[in-house]
Amino acid sequence: MDAGERGGVSAALLPRDEAELVAAVAAAAAAGTPLALEGGGTKAGIGRPAQAERSLSTRELTGITLYEPSEMVIGARSGTPVALVEATLAERGQMLPFEPMDYRPLLGSEAEPTMGGVVGANLSGPRRVVAGACRDSLIGVRMVNGRGEAVTSGGRVMKNVTGLDLVKGVCGSWGTLAAFSEVTFKVLPTPETSATLVLHGLDDARAIKALSAGLGSPFEVSAAAHLPGTVERVPKTLLRLEGFADSVAYRAGRLRALLAPYGSSALLEAAQSAVLWRSIRDVTFLAEPRGEAIWRVSVAPSRAAAGVAAILDAAPARHLYDWGGGLVWLALPAAGDAGAAVVRAAFAGTGAHATLVRAPAEIRAVVDVFEPPAAPVRRLTAGIKASFDPRGIFNPGRMYAGI
Amino acid sequence: MSAIQFPAPDASILSRRAEIVAALARLVAPESLVTSEDELRAFETDALTAYRRMPLAVVLPSTTEEVAAVLRACHAMGVNVVPRGAGTSLCGGAIPQEDAVVLGLGKMNRVLDVGFADRTMRVQAGITNLSISAAVGAEGFFYAPDPSSQLACTIGGNIAMNSGGAHCLKYGVTTNNILGVRMVLVDGTIVDIGGDAMDAPGYDLLGLVVGSEGQLGVVTEATVRILPLAEGARPVLFGFDTSEQAGAAVAAIIGAGIVPVAMEFMDKPAIEICEAFAKAGYPLDVEALLIIEVEGSDAEMDAALARIVAIAREHGVRTVRESKSAMETAAIWKGRKSAFGATGRVADYICMDGTIPTGQLPLVLRRMDEIVKSYGLRVANVFHAGDGNLHPLIMYDVNDPEEARKAEDAGNDILKLCVEVGGCLTGEHGVGIEKRDLMRHQFTQADLDQQMRVRAVFDHGWRLNPAKVFPLDGRWTPASEAA
Repeated sequence: MDAGERGGVSAALLPRDEAELVAAVAAAAAAGTPLALEGGGTKAGIGRPAQAERSLSTRELTGITLYEPSEMVIGARSGTPVALVEATLAERGQMLPFEPMDYRPLLGSEAEPTMGGVVGANLSGPRRVVAGACRDSLIGVRMVNGRGEAVTSGGRVMKNVTGLDLVKGVCGSWGTLAAFSEVTFKVLPTPETSATLVLHGLDDARAIKALSAGLGSPFEVSAAAHLPGTVERVPKTLLRLEGFADSVAYRAGRLRALLAPYGSSALLEAAQSAVLWRSIRDVTFLAEPRGEAIWRVSVAPSRAAAGVAAILDAAPARHLYDWGGGLVWLALPAAGDAGAAVVRAAFAGTGAHATLVRAPAEIRAVVDVFEPPAAPVRRLTAGIKASFDPRGIFNPGRMYAGI
Repeated sequence: MSAIQFPAPDASILSRRAEIVAALARLVAPESLVTSEDELRAFETDALTAYRRMPLAVVLPSTTEEVAAVLRACHAMGVNVVPRGAGTSLCGGAIPQEDAVVLGLGKMNRVLDVGFADRTMRVQAGITNLSISAAVGAEGFFYAPDPSSQLACTIGGNIAMNSGGAHCLKYGVTTNNILGVRMVLVDGTIVDIGGDAMDAPGYDLLGLVVGSEGQLGVVTEATVRILPLAEGARPVLFGFDTSEQAGAAVAAIIGAGIVPVAMEFMDKPAIEICEAFAKAGYPLDVEALLIIEVEGSDAEMDAALARIVAIAREHGVRTVRESKSAMETAAIWKGRKSAFGATGRVADYICMDGTIPTGQLPLVLRRMDEIVKSYGLRVANVFHAGDGNLHPLIMYDVNDPEEARKAEDAGNDILKLCVEVGGCLTGEHGVGIEKRDLMRHQFTQADLDQQMRVRAVFDHGWRLNPAKVFPLDGRWTPASEAA
C-alpha cells in the first residue's frame, strides 16, 4: 500500500519501511510537492515557517536494527524514539555520548522525539565539551535524497574514511537535504557515578574563566555551565566530573584546589547532579514565560561574556551558559525582531552565530532564524541543497529563503 | 606495479607547459616554483612508492593569497592541481599527474594563534602534526590525533585524509578535532568554513571538507582543538595464546565500562618484526599481543590497570607486563609505532587499512591468512583493536613484478572481505588511487553519484586531485545529469 494513502488526503505521509519512504519521496519529487519532513515533529517550531504542502513523518519507521555493546555501536530506524534507544543502551550500561537535549520543555511540544530528529538538528547536550556533538558520534546514515534515491553513507564501524563524509553533511541539515531511514552511532559506557562542583556568586566573565580553567585541567571535566543572576538568585558556576567513584573523588579534590581562587565550592552528588544537568541540557530555566523569544548563540567562550553584556545593556534579557561559555541561551521579548538586531550586533565580528529557536511564526518569517552565511558559503550551501534535492521538495526555505 | 591506472595526460596541457610555467612564475617567487626534472623528482610519489608520476610543475606558496592566485591561474588555463602536504599518504593521495601542477603547502608551517582559554589553536596547513602538540606542550596541552607519521605529516594532509592514530578510541579522529578551516576553492575564491566556536552555522561544510582528499579545495589554515594533557599515561602489555582470547578480552574490557585511551593488537609475525627492531621486550612465545594504555593520576591508572589485568586473566592471558617507567612506556610504544618501518627492513610491503566490526576479528584474521597464503605471500598484522581498524602488512619483493601484482591482489581481496563482514575499505589512510577502483564494492552507484554531486558543487570540472577516490569510469558531472 502506498504510504500516502493511509489516513486521508491531507494527512501526513507515514512510510513504514525504507521502500515506502523511497516511493513517497519519489512521488513527491515527480509531482513537485514540497514536503515538511519530520520525525515526531517536536522541533517543528524551529526554523523559518515551512512552505510545504504535506508533511512526511518517519515516526513509523521504528526499531533498533543493530546493537553490539562490545563494539560500542547502535543503529536504529530514524523514527525510533530517543527514549527507546537510551533505555536499550542503559540496560547494558551504555549511553549516547553527546547527551542529546530534549527541546520539548523549551518549545512546549509533546510528541515523541526520534533519532532522526536528533540527527536532523545535530542535537547535543552538556557533554558536548568532551564527547563531541551528535555529528561526532554519528557513524552511518541510510537516507533518501530528493530524487527518491536510497543513499548510504558511513556504516557501523567508528573509523571510516571511505569516500566523501555525507554523514556529516546531512547531520544538522534540518530535514532540508534528505529523509533519514536509519542512523547508526558509536556509544560509550555510562560513567559509574558523577559529581558537580559548584562555585557561587561569580560574574559572567569570571565564571567563564573558572570554567576554562577546569576544562583546561587534566581532571576531565565532562560539563561546564554558568547560571547567572538573571536566572538564579545567587549565580552558580558548575563543573561536572564523571567516572569510577574513586577517580571522581580524587579529581573533585584536585579541581577544588585548582579553582580555590574563585571562592569556596560545594559538591553535588550524583542524584542532584543528574537533575541539575538535565535542566541545563533542556534549558528549562528559560522555558517560562512561553511568550519570550529564545536565542541560541555559539561562540568561543572567551568572547561570550562581552557579547552578553552588550545585549543586557540594550534589552531585558535572561540567559545562561553551557559548554564552558561556548553556548549561550538567551530569552528576549518576542516583539519586533525578537531581539535579532541586538543579539547579532552584540556578537558581530566575534565569529559567533545566533539561531532564533523560539518565536512566533510571523517573526520567524521575517527574521533570519539561522545566521545568514557569507556569500561564498551561501553559494556552496545552495549548491549542496540542489545536489541532494534539485526540485526543492524537502522543507523548502526552512533554513534560508530560497534554499 | 602498474595495475592502477591513471587518466591519460592531456596532450594539449603538456604542449603548453612553457606557457603555464611562465604564468606561475609571475605569481610566486622563483624559489617557490620547481620546474627542473631533478627537483621535480622529489615530488613524483608519496608513501605509495610503487606508483610515480612526474608533475608538470610544483608550486610552493607562502600565503593563502598566493595559493588563491595559483588556483585562479590554473583554473583559467584549465590545468589540474594536486594539493600536497608532506607526501606521506599511504594510498597515493598526493601522487601527481603529468598534466597537473602540484601545490605544496610545506612552506606554510607556522602557528598563527593559540587560545588556551578556548582550547583552540590556529595554524597554517603545512605545519606538521607533531609540531602542533610541541607548540603547546609546555602549557600542558596537545593536539590529539596521532597518526604514526606524525613527525612528518602535515595538518593539511591530516584534514584531507581525516587521519586517525592509536589514541582515537578516546579522542576521536581529525574530523572530531577541527573547528574551522580557511580554504581556497578551485577558482581562487578564499572561504572560511567553521571558526573557533564549537558549533558552526548552516550545513556542516567542514564535515564534508575533512576527508575529502584535496578534492573540494585547498586548505591553507586550520583552527584545531587542543586538549589538556592527562596527568600521566601508562600502557600494559598482554600476550595471549590465541587472537580469539585477545579479542574476547578487548570486548570484556569495553563491556566493563572501561574505555582505555588506546588498545593495540599485533599478531605473531608483527611481534617478531617489531621486537627485532625495537627491542621492546615483547614476548615471542605468544600468538597475539595487546598494548592497552590508560591515563590519569598514578592512583587512577593503578585502579584502571588492576581492573584491566583482572579481565585479561579471566581470558587466559599468558604474559602481563605493566610499564614501570617512562623508558619502559616509550619502548612499548616504540615497537608499535615503528611497525611499518620495522617491516620495511624485512621486506617490501603494502599496508592495508580496512576496518571491521571488532567481533569479526577472529574470522577475518583466519580468512586473511588464507588469502595471503593462497598468493604465496606473508602478512603481519597490527590493528587498532578498540575501533576495528586493521593494518595488514603484506610482504613481497618490489623487484618481482609478478609478486607485486599478487600482493596488490591479495590486498584487494582483504579489503573486499572487510566490506563483506560489515566494515569498510579504509579506516584512516584514505582512498587515494589505491582503493579507488574498489569503491563499488562498498557503495552503490546512487551512493557514489550523491558524493560526486556534492563534490561537483566545489569543483564541477574535476580539476582538483582528479585521479583519486572515485572510479575513473562512470564519473558524475553536471553534463551527465543533463543526459
